[in-house]
Amino acid sequence: MGEIVAGCIAPHPPHMVYADNPEQNEPHSEGGWETLRWGYAKLARKLKSLDYDAMVVFTPHWQTYVGTHFLGLPNFKSKSVDPIFPNLFRFNYDINVDVDLSVAMHDAAKDAGLVTMMMENQDFRIDYGTIVSAHMLNPDWDKPVVPISSNRNRHYYSVEVMNEQARALGRACRKAILESDKRVVLVSSHSLSHRHFTVESPLPEDMSKQHIYNHSNYVWDMKLIDLMRQGKMQEVVDLMPEFTEQTIAETDSGSFSWMMEAMGMPDYPAEIYGYQSVIGTGNTIAAWDPNPETRELVL
Amino acid sequence: MPEQNEGWGRLRAAYDTARQRIEESNADIILIYSTTWPSIIGHQIQANPEPKWVHVDDDFHFLGSMPYEFKMDTEFAQGYHDNCGKRGLHSRTINYDGFPIDTGSVVALSLLNPDNRIPACIVSSNVYANRAESIVLGKAARDTLEAQGKKAIVVVVSTLSNRMFTEHIAPEEDKIHSPKDEEWNQKIMQFFSEGRLEDLSQLSREIHGQIRVQKVVAYKPVWWMAATMGQSNNYNGEVLAYAALHGSGGAIIQLTPTSNSIGDKEFDEDDIDYYTGDRNVLDKGMI
Repeated sequence: MGEIVAGCIAPHPPHMVYADNPEQNEPHSEGGWETLRWGYAKLARKLKSLDYDAMVVFTPHWQTYVGTHFLGLPNFKSKSVDPIFPNLFRFNYDINVDVDLSVAMHDAAKDAGLVTMMMENQDFRIDYGTIVSAHMLNPDWDKPVVPISSNRNRHYYSVEVMNEQARALGRACRKAILESDKRVVLVSSHSLSHRHFTVESPLPEDMSKQHIYNHSNYVWDMKLIDLMRQGKMQEVVDLMPEFTEQTIAETDSGSFSWMMEAMGMPDYPAEIYGYQSVIGTGNTIAAWDPNPETRELVL
Repeated sequence: MPEQNEGWGRLRAAYDTARQRIEESNADIILIYSTTWPSIIGHQIQANPEPKWVHVDDDFHFLGSMPYEFKMDTEFAQGYHDNCGKRGLHSRTINYDGFPIDTGSVVALSLLNPDNRIPACIVSSNVYANRAESIVLGKAARDTLEAQGKKAIVVVVSTLSNRMFTEHIAPEEDKIHSPKDEEWNQKIMQFFSEGRLEDLSQLSREIHGQIRVQKVVAYKPVWWMAATMGQSNNYNGEVLAYAALHGSGGAIIQLTPTSNSIGDKEFDEDDIDYYTGDRNVLDKGMI
């Protein structure tokens, strides 16, 4: 029987990879955003200690309007260039996909009444959101990844519809995982508040220029993190529509609601690994460990 | 796959008509504003002299891959960037191997300029930009065309109504998503066919509210287009084709400058020449 061994919020500003200077990324930096990168490094060490088979990443940067799409080919190798920050992120990737797990989740979602599709075009480029989150959580790239697209129903209908459809997808994915023989890490790839600066400092990693866009976004981010610390995940999900509207949050992708539903709406405290602003957006690194023996109080 | 749907076929044929007219125009540059190329850090201008890649759409990947190889006017791109700065805008040129040129630009350039006879330039659509910024962006483009003495084909990549069906449909089932979208599309095409570009620019906020899925802050393409081409109704307009594209309203429309003009909507938003950025109002209005 399959198992969800952890769930993670893994924000994907490409600045994380840029600051890390991995060999796969063409640009080089003098560092930056250490608070988040240290948090990522600690969580990555924890995940290394877990026995898992695949990482499922729900990504806001594979945007689909006709249902939810899943990758259906075993390997993708290309270069990902961030369309917003090409100066920071030009990453040569070679990603293996657990197609069996991807198909299982696709089929479960379809059986649940959701609109779905398998992506089987070999020329398709993996989005930078998937790559940044997966790289920061597993820089060795020694586990297959299963990206799931973000259906943009928030724009077509409402944040409430987004929330409910994401939860339905989460339940379907949970069913598929439990019926498989796979141990899986779930990844919700997104920022919290998501209002960006519209200018960039000449040196992107100039940390004297980094701060939250405004105080109200910060207060909202802290509210959610506080609820996560208290294990009040149902309340976080219930607040998701208002939070998304008030802070232009990247939770409009549905990824967070998806993950919480897939994990059975945890009522234990989240592990908080860090919070920092990147070009105005608010970002936290957090994890939910169902195993009380390995669950930590990090920050 | 235009052969799968009669409307798609008409649009495809209209692209061929437009292509031929462009070839006969002696234009120096094809300048594209693409609503499917979003930017956040100001305005991005494609400046890779020969971008080459294979593009696959996020949603419609099953329709196949789109290999492309384009030629860009790097002199214009740099000049456009410079003139953006002179008018208060934050911009940058983009010249990176593998930069993902968007679906709209790939389709437009592939069909309108398949042999790269005319160099091109593509400018992004900033997600946060509103009317003032879009108008000034268009004026900066106009400044550059005038300074460099270039005859341009101005191309705006956008649908009319943009609400698609959110489930799979067979090609033969394609139609405009709703009667409301259809009525507005017809009205917009009427304005275009009468050459009323400035009137449409002034209607943009209404269009955004009525028939645009609220993905960005405003409906900007006509603001930019009018500011680039000239903010008037002095155009001859022709709708070459109109059809549904998975529910959205697709049209190929040509505007040619002329001296005749009809229509004149009253409008009280100012004509902006310089973008001063976000306004800090927190300490204003205190007594």
